[in-house]
Amino acid sequence: MDLTFNEIEAGFRDELRTWLQDNGPGPEPAGEDAQYAWRRDWQRQLHEGGWAGVHWPVEYGGRGATLVESAIFYEELARSGHPLPANILGLLLGGPTLMTWGTPEQKDRYLTPILSAEEIWCQGFSEPEAGSDFAAVKTRAVAQPDGSFKVTGQKVWTSGAQYSKWCMLVARTDVEAAKHKGLTYFLMDMDQPEVQVRPLKQITGEDEFNELFLEDAHIPAENVVGGVGNGWKVALTTLMNERAGLAFGLQVRLRVMIDELTQIAASNGQLEDPRIADTLGELHLRCETLRLTAYRGLTATMKYGQPGPEGSLTKWMWSQTNQLLTQFAADVVGPEALTAGTRWSYELLRARGNTIEGGTTEVLKNIVAERVLGLPKAR
Amino acid sequence: MNFDFTDDQQQIRSTARELLASRSAFERVRGHAEAGTQDDALTAQLGELGWPGIAVSEAHGGQGLGMVELVILLEALGEACAAVPMRGTALAALMIEHGGSADQQTRWLPGLAAGELCGALGTMTGGAAELVPDAVGADVVVLVDPDGAATLHAAADLDIKDVAAIDPTRRYARVTGDVDGDQLPGDVDGGLRRAEVAVAAGLVGVSQRALDMTVAFVKERKQFGVPVGSFQAVGHTCAQMLFDTEGARSATLFGAWAADADPAQLPLGAAMAKASASAGGRATTASAIQLHGGIGFTWEADLHWLYKRAQLDSAFLGGPGAHRARVSALSAQRVAAAAR
Repeated sequence: MDLTFNEIEAGFRDELRTWLQDNGPGPEPAGEDAQYAWRRDWQRQLHEGGWAGVHWPVEYGGRGATLVESAIFYEELARSGHPLPANILGLLLGGPTLMTWGTPEQKDRYLTPILSAEEIWCQGFSEPEAGSDFAAVKTRAVAQPDGSFKVTGQKVWTSGAQYSKWCMLVARTDVEAAKHKGLTYFLMDMDQPEVQVRPLKQITGEDEFNELFLEDAHIPAENVVGGVGNGWKVALTTLMNERAGLAFGLQVRLRVMIDELTQIAASNGQLEDPRIADTLGELHLRCETLRLTAYRGLTATMKYGQPGPEGSLTKWMWSQTNQLLTQFAADVVGPEALTAGTRWSYELLRARGNTIEGGTTEVLKNIVAERVLGLPKAR
Repeated sequence: MNFDFTDDQQQIRSTARELLASRSAFERVRGHAEAGTQDDALTAQLGELGWPGIAVSEAHGGQGLGMVELVILLEALGEACAAVPMRGTALAALMIEHGGSADQQTRWLPGLAAGELCGALGTMTGGAAELVPDAVGADVVVLVDPDGAATLHAAADLDIKDVAAIDPTRRYARVTGDVDGDQLPGDVDGGLRRAEVAVAAGLVGVSQRALDMTVAFVKERKQFGVPVGSFQAVGHTCAQMLFDTEGARSATLFGAWAADADPAQLPLGAAMAKASASAGGRATTASAIQLHGGIGFTWEADLHWLYKRAQLDSAFLGGPGAHRARVSALSAQRVAAAAR
């Protein structure tokens, strides 16, 4: 056991820290479109500096970083206060999925524009009637005589769809096959009139997510990923990547906010109140436990090729802690935290989504019960 | 950044778990608990294997390994709920190793490390130390008073009265007498923090056993024609038990590592370990009884040994609330220092 960064890891961190001090996206502009453009420019800067695809293999234009270095990247990015790159879904989900399942031509065509943010990616998995029950996807892809597909249906929760060139789309190609056997994974060009994007206003008032309406959208045969009828397996690759990536940066964000609340409570005397001190203690404890548990997951992944039982807990730990934290801020910060337009009120409202997005806590518990503890399939 | 045990640590872990699985099965624990005895044969065997002295320096007759190794052994002992007083000996040795004078170390450590002498650690409030584990039959007792000073006492100088705690897998005592004792002049805090991590390790073992027994049970037990483990209400509680066990394990490993490699982080690591293992131990053993249903509430089901031990170990050296308060205070100090 060595819970410090070794020389190489520390060197990586120091080099990155210096780079993040010397480089940055500048002040955040107002308005969602401008903010997106700002994050896109930021990714171009990261790409030019060689920091866009830290965890991608060198052969695909990445930095070939180890899992620990990749964790350090997200930690340091969060610590610097700079935003995530615009094409985060392409970097974390799309690229790695193509590396596993893509043809040489697909890898050649798509990977570099993901890194440079030239082409933004979004994820078309969820549907109004296929949320946690993802295999219930109804969107239909019908094969045409020339081998291409026409796709009709509706997708929901597609973040960044309005800025995206490519959509990782899962659609049903075989209605006769068993539920998860008739699915196919496509790369769909968003730039066609048959794809309509409608913003979906969420409880924060923002349109972070969208609905997609597909009416005979065209997808050429070469845009199938991993073979027709193999969509469930390919999608699982994407989903596994989704759970692994961001925990370290999110943990640092928690740490920054908890420290800030601690400072506020110390300055206005609330820290003297044992109830306030107790909740702060609980928050510090959970935040640090999250970091340690996430690193334990990396150790297991490096040794056994997959995380141990602890690996399935980090998203659950984080989302619960972020909700506790942002709710607690309403007590410590006071009226400002409940005033519209303030940062704390935004965090409070946004945190409500954390236990739903990327797998609800209920589904995560089912996964832990069935796959980690080996209990019979839930009823 | 690497949480992996070394090959030697791996070996210690598997040997310890195998030994205890064969030598300290629940029938045996139950036999001793019901008779009010401790497993002297097992205690002697552990002494021969050098377990009590695993973290004692070689200069004092120990194996010269660290807190990580001690934590591995104590987790295994907690998992087995073994009826042995070894933890008391290990805790006394930690206090003397870090807080003792050279004379005190020479006088006591070789015997404790070899398992020839037994020790105990207790906390004083108002002139008495209540529910001191492993004090009955101990040769030496370390007592910590509320302001953090510690004294060393030959057991013969103390009045050690057997008390029937709810946990009969250990022997507990009320300790009074010899008000002065022999002051521990060294790093008493360092000893105490290590002792907290050591107690947390046993609780992690107890939690793990509660989880394993429960998972095995709910896979087998059928109601409404199906295994009860297929009900989400049951599965989710099991998932929560894993959550609590693994969280406490992360914190305890961190505390043990900090003790060995980065003592500046030990105060935070120890408070985190004891806070989360105490809360986790209470919660997992309670859930274990709940998920076993009526049978879980019976004497025969063996779950109560775990539940009762978790109650005593959680309260020992400060419960979850006391340690959360320390986490809070230490974090506030860090934040204040960073702001300056």
